[in-house]
Amino acid sequence: MGSASRQLVDLLDDHGYTFFTGVPCSFFAGVLRILEGEPRYGYVGAVREDCALGLAAGAYLGGRQPVVFMQNSGLGVSVNAIVSLNQIYDIPALLVVSWRGQRATDAPEHLIMGAMMEDFLRLLGIPFNVFERGTIERDIAALTDTMRSTHKPVALIVVEGELQR
Amino acid sequence: MTRADAVALVADALASDWLAIACNGMISRELFAHADAPTRFYMVGSMGLASSIGLGVAIVQPARTVVVFDGDGNVLMNMSALGSVAAAAPRNLYHVVFDNGSHESTGGQATISNRVPIEEVAAAAGYRSAVRVADDGTLAGVLRTFFAEPGPAMLLITVERGNQPGIGRVTVEPRQLAARFRAAATGR
Repeated sequence: MGSASRQLVDLLDDHGYTFFTGVPCSFFAGVLRILEGEPRYGYVGAVREDCALGLAAGAYLGGRQPVVFMQNSGLGVSVNAIVSLNQIYDIPALLVVSWRGQRATDAPEHLIMGAMMEDFLRLLGIPFNVFERGTIERDIAALTDTMRSTHKPVALIVVEGELQR
Repeated sequence: MTRADAVALVADALASDWLAIACNGMISRELFAHADAPTRFYMVGSMGLASSIGLGVAIVQPARTVVVFDGDGNVLMNMSALGSVAAAAPRNLYHVVFDNGSHESTGGQATISNRVPIEEVAAAAGYRSAVRVADDGTLAGVLRTFFAEPGPAMLLITVERGNQPGIGRVTVEPRQLAARFRAAATGR
């Protein structure tokens, strides 16, 4: 079996994701290395997380199925795009969001969002799963089913670990 | 020139299969009222993101011409998007900015576009071309060639402040707008 990052990229491929954009985080650096390194993925680096959601919405309107990568700090930046673009227009996206501040030992700027992130996602009405290698095939399948049936964003939360490489 | 007249002049210069993204506020309402079509997407919320949405469409539909109808308040709110457009450099993307120097939909509060020439920012960021016009005669002339040159290109139109009395809202439901645009963009 290859790396966890390769496995995730292959799963996204298998589930019909065809547009990749976002703002980086070290927690999923391994995934971005693959997406940016292989031109067939056409990864578009965005300058802000809400711009990434705008790009992704445009790609969806143009016929693709997008994935948007962001650190959880970017969730705050993205709130208005999620609620006044994706959720009212039925524009689906898989958000891959890193969980900075999950542990109290992380940098201070991440601690408040890290502590509230799960509640924040529930408040925003974004179904999510936390990445675990043992369940990732099932989780991507379930999240994708939910996203396709609701036409709304769903999220895969990435913790520190295997996707960094 | 009023903004509604400028929006109408630009809309009339588009071929029927071109795709258009209109920013929130009066610009969407004026385009909708003048010439609605399934190839036109009206962004009612997410202020600042019209050019990002247009860029996403332009990247995945390189054979289609994509025109963004934007406002000075919208561009200034997310000026970083000009960098993304310039960096991606899609030849099929045209960015038309209606600049009245104010947030008209919220009561006419001033923006800073009188001190920050948006077309110069776009040119500096790397748009292939960026021009400013201020009267309808010049606009009609520029529109004859603007879309023939490769993008990304910005056309900034200086327009008067003020709204068309009694202009309606976009009456098509957002999810319907998205679905019909996606069908028009993909032919499915």
